[in-house]
Amino acid sequence: MINFKNLAFVALATAIMSSGAFAADWTKIRVGTEGAYKPFNFIDANGELQGFDVEIAKALCAEMKADCTLVAQDWDGIIPALLAKKYDVIIASMSITEERMKTVDFTDKYYNTPARFVAKKGGGISDTTPAGLKGKTLGAQSSTTHSSYLEDNYKDSTVKLYATQDEANADLAAGRLDAVLADSVVILDWLGGDGSCCEHVGETFNEPKWFGLGAGMAIRKEDGELKEKLNTALAAILENGTYKKINDKFFPFPVY
Amino acid sequence: MMDLIAQLAWGPTGWGDELAAGTMVTVSLALATLPFGLAIGLLVALGKTSSEKTLQTAANIYTTIFRGLPELLTLLIVYYGGQIVLQRIFALFTDAYVEVNGFVAGMVALGLVFSAFSSEVFASAFKGIPAGQPEAALALGLTRWQALRLVTLPQLIRLSIGGLSNLWLILLKETSLVSVIALNDLLRNTNVAVGFTKQPLFFYSVALLIYLVLSLISAKGLGTIENHVKRGEQRVA
Amino acid sequence: MSETAVRIIEAQSPPPGVVRKWTVSRIAGTALCGVWIAIGIGLVWSLYGAFDPDVFFKYMPRMAEGLLVTTKLVVFSIFFGGLLAIPLALARMSTSVVVRGFAFAYVYIFRGTPILGQMFLLYYGAGQFVDELITLNLWWFFREAYNCVLLTFVLNTTAYQAEIYKTAIESIPRGQREAAETLGLKKGLTFWKITFPQAMITALRPLGNEIILMIKASAVASLVTVFDLMGATKLAFSRTFDFNVYLWAAILYFTIVEVLRRTWDWVETRLTRHLVR
Repeated sequence: MINFKNLAFVALATAIMSSGAFAADWTKIRVGTEGAYKPFNFIDANGELQGFDVEIAKALCAEMKADCTLVAQDWDGIIPALLAKKYDVIIASMSITEERMKTVDFTDKYYNTPARFVAKKGGGISDTTPAGLKGKTLGAQSSTTHSSYLEDNYKDSTVKLYATQDEANADLAAGRLDAVLADSVVILDWLGGDGSCCEHVGETFNEPKWFGLGAGMAIRKEDGELKEKLNTALAAILENGTYKKINDKFFPFPVY
Repeated sequence: MMDLIAQLAWGPTGWGDELAAGTMVTVSLALATLPFGLAIGLLVALGKTSSEKTLQTAANIYTTIFRGLPELLTLLIVYYGGQIVLQRIFALFTDAYVEVNGFVAGMVALGLVFSAFSSEVFASAFKGIPAGQPEAALALGLTRWQALRLVTLPQLIRLSIGGLSNLWLILLKETSLVSVIALNDLLRNTNVAVGFTKQPLFFYSVALLIYLVLSLISAKGLGTIENHVKRGEQRVA
Repeated sequence: MSETAVRIIEAQSPPPGVVRKWTVSRIAGTALCGVWIAIGIGLVWSLYGAFDPDVFFKYMPRMAEGLLVTTKLVVFSIFFGGLLAIPLALARMSTSVVVRGFAFAYVYIFRGTPILGQMFLLYYGAGQFVDELITLNLWWFFREAYNCVLLTFVLNTTAYQAEIYKTAIESIPRGQREAAETLGLKKGLTFWKITFPQAMITALRPLGNEIILMIKASAVASLVTVFDLMGATKLAFSRTFDFNVYLWAAILYFTIVEVLRRTWDWVETRLTRHLVR
């Protein structure tokens, strides 16, 4: 039975193996992103990936004179897929944290926005310290700096984890959660749309220990050359105004 | 109410075509898993009923493992674990990326579980065939393989069809689990529709209705097959 | 005496032992067992090699917490499902067409649709009607994901258990009921004292199967934020990216199922030892 299984595995794998050894000269780069994190990365009505992260990726690739393809991947499996070589770099608003640096390497940051709680209007939540939120039900997207922060600091509250930010927001709107911790800019986008029920509460959080040094691009540890190229390209677009153009397209304030 | 029904329209405005596409994936996944699961199940059942102790033990370990694990866990292990194993194997030869396709992972995982349960059905069907028949076949000079093919297997279908129909209906429902490995089956497309339209009650009810219709069609079809296969049986008055 | 002298047979060598030949089956069987042993060793090696005491002690308590939630979920749903299943089974066998039809529809719907779909319907559906539920003073129940999942599981297992009990009750010979009637016993008394106890014993085996299926199905609870064993596993994986957490979860689930199966088999054998099988 096992021999058959292994043979089948190998046979099937050969049949479905995607081709192309991506050469070390990095002329073809595959970029992984989530596609469910408006306005940084999302899928529009035509099924295309759009957003700040997507535009930055395209700008960097143009700068590096490389041919880029975008791949969407569910957030929970985004790092394992990078390690399995499904793509070469993650540009999906991933915060640079020590915990993540154990498995992947990061380029320099390309933006930095703080986290903030959001709760229902008139819900009476104003104190967002662990003591103030004792006994409340809090939500965050799983595998994020926000969920780690809640898990490690808000031990007296119930923490619920969701596969996507949208699901957490939906449960907040429905009243299943008392507050959600998420990126303040992403929430701002939601508050303007479906999130009319809710508002920001409390101050912003940005301690590097939990929230890292900002969002960076994740690459495999052995791809030092790619890291160099990305950093150079990033510095270039910051200088020549391309970054500012993309920034202004999405946000009325600088996010760097 | 009418605008709810309108949401099911075909084309870019409605979700009807997405749900239909999802249904196609669900049905094709179940159909693709079936031969894989039946073939392995038969082999495992042969192992279970063989006189060779080591074969019996190996077969029993197989069924114990795959009947004892939650299907969701089996699916995740096959998907993520298979990815890692394949990638390690291929890393020895080439630098290319090997992807375990979600459909294949679903097929393999559900097939393994299906085969474990169907091996039980086949094993009890084997016991239902009087032992004298294969012995007589051997006495007449048929080889073991011929005895199996010409005497046992045709009767096996008749005896196992009841259990297998049950397993098929369970398989149809289990395909809903592949929605967690990002395969666009019926349930996942329903999730997407709900995310956009914010009408969970309506869309999930429609999805469940579709599953019910699939079950009904399957039950009818399997009933016909069962009647055909059992046409020679005498009804005990 | 010499005529009846006993002739002693000299000691002879023992008969030749049974020679187990290396047939194709035997080779295949040994090879397969070898493969299983190899997998087992690989599993232990993988778990041992990646064993990080900090990680282990950081996440094991959460896994244990998740295990407790799974156990509670399964025990309560089987219990309440059982309570609801008996009236439903009786309804399935009722003489009234309406009652029988309703029971049949209920069983058909809950057995013919995936439990994942049922769970999403209840959980997200409740989220859609928050205001109505608040007015009905039921929101406190549907607010908690655990309650929604418990309700789904109860409704689901009621359908399956109703079928089990119906088959079991129908397997009791009609003659017993008729004899009870002749003796002047009321219908209710006949059911509870005569039919039901015997039916329960027949239902033991399929009921054990149902409990095992429930344990396995409970894994889907993690998909709507319930922190069961599967949810704890996903959390551990998302923080450590160590695939071994899934293997630990597999071992835990497998152990629970095996222990339950063997205990149930033992209980069933003991309780049915008076029956001719």
